[in-house]
Parts: sequence; C-alpha cells; structure tokens
Amino acid sequence: MNGAHDLGGKHGFGTIDSSQQENFKHTWEEKVFSLTLACGMLGRWNLDQSRFARERAEPAEYLAGSYYEHWLHGLETLLVENGLVSDEELQSGIVDSRSVVVEAASPERIDEVLSSGGPTLMEEVAPARFSIGDKVVVNADNQQQHTRAPAYVKGKVGEVVSHHGSHIYADEHALSGNKSAAHLYGVRFEPQSLWGESAAERCPVYVDLFEPYLQSLQQHIAALELLVRPVEAGDHHG
Amino acid sequence: MHLSNLPPEHHHHAPLSDIESRVKKLEALLIEKKLVDPASLDKLVDTYEHKVGPKNGAKVVARAWTDPAFKQALLEDATTAIASLGFAGRQGEHMVCVENTPAVHNMVVCTLCSCYPWPVLGLPPAWYKASSYRARAVSQPRDVLQEFGVGLADDVEIRVWDSTAEIRYLVLPMRPEGSDGLSEELLAQRVTRDSMIGVDVL
Repeated sequence: MNGAHDLGGKHGFGTIDSSQQENFKHTWEEKVFSLTLACGMLGRWNLDQSRFARERAEPAEYLAGSYYEHWLHGLETLLVENGLVSDEELQSGIVDSRSVVVEAASPERIDEVLSSGGPTLMEEVAPARFSIGDKVVVNADNQQQHTRAPAYVKGKVGEVVSHHGSHIYADEHALSGNKSAAHLYGVRFEPQSLWGESAAERCPVYVDLFEPYLQSLQQHIAALELLVRPVEAGDHHG
Repeated sequence: MHLSNLPPEHHHHAPLSDIESRVKKLEALLIEKKLVDPASLDKLVDTYEHKVGPKNGAKVVARAWTDPAFKQALLEDATTAIASLGFAGRQGEHMVCVENTPAVHNMVVCTLCSCYPWPVLGLPPAWYKASSYRARAVSQPRDVLQEFGVGLADDVEIRVWDSTAEIRYLVLPMRPEGSDGLSEELLAQRVTRDSMIGVDVL
C-alpha cells in the first residue's frame, strides 16, 4: 500500500529527537501495547493483517498521530472487522447482547507465544529464480494491498546479496490469511540507484524483498523497450 | 489551585485526556467481554519493561568479542547462536548479525513500521519509531549519525539495513579500545543499546 507509513527517503520531518528514549511515555501506551498483543493471540488475524490495519489510517491522521495511536487505530479496526467488537460497543463502552465469546489468552499462553514467536520460514515449493550476484529491479507497481516493498526501491536496480530461504509471503498473508511460500532475498542498492547521481557515496541500503517483487535487470529492460516502442501508423488516434 | 502547580503525584487527578479515556473504555470493554485477561496484560508489559531488553544483546556482543568460535557462529547463523544464550522468540525468529569493522559501519531501520529484534534489544526507543529516523536513515545516514554524535571518516562504508521482512538485524559493534583484559561481564556493561542498532560507536 502506497500510504503515509511508507516513509523511506521522505523529507520534512526535521532532525532526530533522540531525547525520546522511553518505549512508553504514557500509561495508556502500555495498555495499547498489551491489548494489541493479547488480542493478536486470539488468533483472528495475523501480523501482516495487523500491520495493514495500521497503514490504512487516513494519511493526515497517520502522520499527525503518535506511534501507539497508530496501534490503537489498528486494534479497533481489527476488532470491528473481525466481529469481536461492534462499532456501537466501541462508542458506548457497553457490551451488547450479541457478543461473541472467544477465550482470552492466559498468562501461561502469553509465555508460550512470546518464547516461540511466529517463525515465517517455510519449505521451498519452487526453485529460486535469482542467485547471489544477480542484478534485479523492483516492480514499480502501485498496489493498494499490503506490501513490504517500500516505495523508495520500486523501479530501482539492486544486487542480490543473500537468500534467506522461503518465507510466508507477506502480501498474500495480509490479503487472505494464507501462508504461501516466497523466496526472500537480501538486495543491496547503491545510493546513486536510489537517490540519483548526487547521492552521498558509500552508503548502500540493504532491503529484504520477496521474489514476486523482483524481475531480472534484463527482463526489466525488455519491458521498458516495449513501453517506448515506436508508434505504428495504425495506432494514431489524433 | 492551578493544576500545573500541583506536585507530580497529584497529576493522576487531572481529567483524562481523550486518548486516555478511549483506551480505558476499550480495555474495560475487552475485559468485560473476556477477550483479554487482565493478568495477561500485566504480564506483557512486565516482560518487556523489566525482563527482555538490551542487556540480552549486550551479552551476545560481549560473548562474540571474547569467544572467536561464538563470533563465527553468530555471523553465520545468528538465530541459533543467540538462542544458545537463551534469547529467542517473538520478533527475533530469524536473526542476522552484521559486523562493524574499520571499513564498514552498519545501522538498522524499519522504514515501513518499527521492526526491531525484541529478544535481544527489547522494545524500540521512541526515536526509532518516529518519522524522522524512518524517513532519513536510508537517504541521509551520515547526517543521521552526526545527529547521534557519530562522525565516521568519509571512506567508511555505511550499510543501512531496512527491516522490511521478518529478518531482524543486530549490529556487532567494534570492541572499544582499551578494553583488553576486561571480563565478559564488564565488557557487556560497555555495550550500549544504540551501538547494537548502529547509531553509536563504542
């Protein structure tokens, strides 16, 4: 999703305020954190769906909001969309009679889930299309769904420097909840590829990208040539 | 008496802000609906406020500085090496450790959200999640490092790792000069959280 959350390379945010050290500035932020994790453990949505719920905030609201306000928005969205809480209940704070009953995660379950985590590594279902050293270009699409390809690398050329195996493909996981396997690569982008010829030297960016995001440089060049092919006589409309 | 003149311990008598009441209402609703267990909420906050934090990562770094076999294992398969010290779990399922050298400095960001290696560093500091760091770490890393007080020579390559998938990165900082002969425990005390994100050098 090409939303306000996709911040890499954006301007205007000022200098880093490293005086902001604490994880939680306010007690309500602790609550939002723990409510979000505890509700996540109900198993009604996955981490990618949770990220997508936060990204769908209005751009102006997202940029003006603090980090845990994004989480609060995301949690309320997921609770309503999954039928665990109604809009009316959120507004009134009063439980209505049609409530669904789901078992809350116990403190013991919390320990289990935190210590096992949610590994995303999967069995390989197809051979890897790319090898280390390959030059690849990130698809310059503009999909509305959740994706983990940041805008600043789209259409840019990089080099495959590592292969992390096959992982749960985040885009599909957010869309349908299905765990489909996609090869995951570490791709190195030179600063000139990302930010132009005047970019500072010697500060490459390494981005982990799923195979469906990528095409080989040769494929990309061929596709570009098709886009700019000479207009044939019959194609003129004016 | 004006509210701002009250001593700090009386601040909780101030009216709740909009967001505080929204969260309080949501919490009460979820507890009443038995969707969350209050003991679980306390456990989650306690875990990440008091148990899991950068002291874990510091132990990993100090071990790597003092045990060449561990360092090699860490750089080859960080998930397994880190788990051998007892640190594993949520947001650290797939770890990669990147080593700083005189020629290469590494720093970590998540431009899309706030991905961060919880089992070794705990929850991220506020600045890591803020727009400025997320926007600028990838495009102006030298300026960002300057703002953290880190000036690197122009010939040092700065590698920025954007945590876009489920791989989590830990920076292995260079061992500080003059730390020869220090025990692993004392070395661990020298390791800062920021040095393991890559915005500090020791």
